[in-house]
Amino acid sequence: MGLKEAANKILCRWMKGTGPNDNIVVGSRIRLARNIAKVPFPATASEGQLAHVGDLVRMATVANGQSNMDYLAIAEMPRLERELLVEKHLISPQQTRDVKHKAVVLGRDELVSIMVNEEDHLRIQSICPGFQLESAWEQCNQVDDTLGDSLEYAFSPELGYLTACPTNVGTGLRASVMLHLPVLTMTQQMQRAIPAINKLGLAVRGLYGEGTEAVGNVYQISNQLTLGHSEQEIIQHLATVARQIIDQEESGRKQLLEVGKAQLEDRTYRSLGVLSQARVISSQEAMQLLSEVWLGVDLGLIKELDPKTLKSLVVLIRPAHLQKIIGKEMDTGERDGFRGDLVREYIRMGAKEKDSELKEGES
Amino acid sequence: MVCEECRKRPAVIHITKIVNNRKTEAHLCQECAQSRGELTFVSPTAFTFQNFLAGMLQHSQATPTGPSVETPTAYCPNCGFSYNQFKESGQLGCSVCYEHFQGQIKPLLKRIQGSVAHTGKIPSQHGVAIECRRQIEMLREQQRTAISQEKYEDAAKLRDKIRALEKELQETKERDGR
Repeated sequence: MGLKEAANKILCRWMKGTGPNDNIVVGSRIRLARNIAKVPFPATASEGQLAHVGDLVRMATVANGQSNMDYLAIAEMPRLERELLVEKHLISPQQTRDVKHKAVVLGRDELVSIMVNEEDHLRIQSICPGFQLESAWEQCNQVDDTLGDSLEYAFSPELGYLTACPTNVGTGLRASVMLHLPVLTMTQQMQRAIPAINKLGLAVRGLYGEGTEAVGNVYQISNQLTLGHSEQEIIQHLATVARQIIDQEESGRKQLLEVGKAQLEDRTYRSLGVLSQARVISSQEAMQLLSEVWLGVDLGLIKELDPKTLKSLVVLIRPAHLQKIIGKEMDTGERDGFRGDLVREYIRMGAKEKDSELKEGES
Repeated sequence: MVCEECRKRPAVIHITKIVNNRKTEAHLCQECAQSRGELTFVSPTAFTFQNFLAGMLQHSQATPTGPSVETPTAYCPNCGFSYNQFKESGQLGCSVCYEHFQGQIKPLLKRIQGSVAHTGKIPSQHGVAIECRRQIEMLREQQRTAISQEKYEDAAKLRDKIRALEKELQETKERDGR
């Protein structure tokens, strides 16, 4: 199997897909925290109770005719497969630790996932490519409705959905957008924007949630409050703020192109130069360089590549994806070597494809 | 810069102290700062969410606002979780804990969420009755406004709507045997 096929097989659907503003918005995500009434939350529950929750969720999903989903016990999954799901943002890093009785119900299209026995009994999640919070909400809401018909949720008319942590009580909703903001980062405007965004009740974090850095200029912005506002209001608020950040990044890109086109072109081509020649490269360095090349492609400075080549690479170079493509487990040093090979080969292929597309267009 | 204490390891902790308008500076390595007790104010867990929460809980107990702040009954009757466990972990034991410790939890929710009134989605199983109550609440509010503006015809219409909903609510309760 060639590299292209292997990569295509492993990339998940929302990452391959397209959506509005997907030159900046990597993805939109909705998560709902739900618990079963009276059964102790996972941190307090006994083994028997955790197993019972697993059975209830299995019955409400897979056994209830949701045949487009699979119930997967985390403990039975090889380590690499778990890591792969984390890199695809389908489960949290927390879900891969202390795995007994933890599970994930995974939609075959990999757009919807339900984490079982994480911090709450259920964490229902839906993810869409580009700026599509509404579609993600509709998807998530639908799964929640179906589950709510057969599960008795912990709910109080006054406080809403009850969760293990008081910070999720009410709607149990966490809406987030992943934004690629190279120019706002480069011009150090993100440093000023983050406190302002925080003041609006939104959190700014790195790619993989709590406590992670904004690697490769990708930021996650999400609501902090879950009680007192409806789901629609929370999503609207996030969308309004995200829209402004997107506009700022767009206008920043235009301005930078006007005042320093030559420098920007040089910078993005240097990054492409390193990526097309490097033999050993860390995940961090590759992310940073890919971010700059992606910017160059988006601004039409680099014409020999398509945005989709860069967007795919950003995912494929992550440790679990890389090991899955090569087909074996590797240590960090080994990985950095294979990462160099993968990036070079993928860029070469991408350029060739684009070239033949252009030639076809001419003839 | 090397540590001024051991003069071997690099200084990574830089301390500026101003005591009685006298400024002193110290440049230390991690180990020496630790042994001199200079690091006690930066405990690695000082700024975790749980610690903030615990601090808030202790604080809210120190300022009594009514009978609800009495020492909470020690254990949740459903899961046996204690209030002290909540203070330590920042998480609750089960859904019944919210009811059992509500005297402590509600003021806390008000502070961290800014609200104690859910206005979002309602699960289908609880749906009809809650939606009914919510609508009645909304109509009552409109009725009050109408009366205060002396729009008595509108108020009468609203009153009829409220009565109809109350009847519906009663019927739902009877049907569900609640």
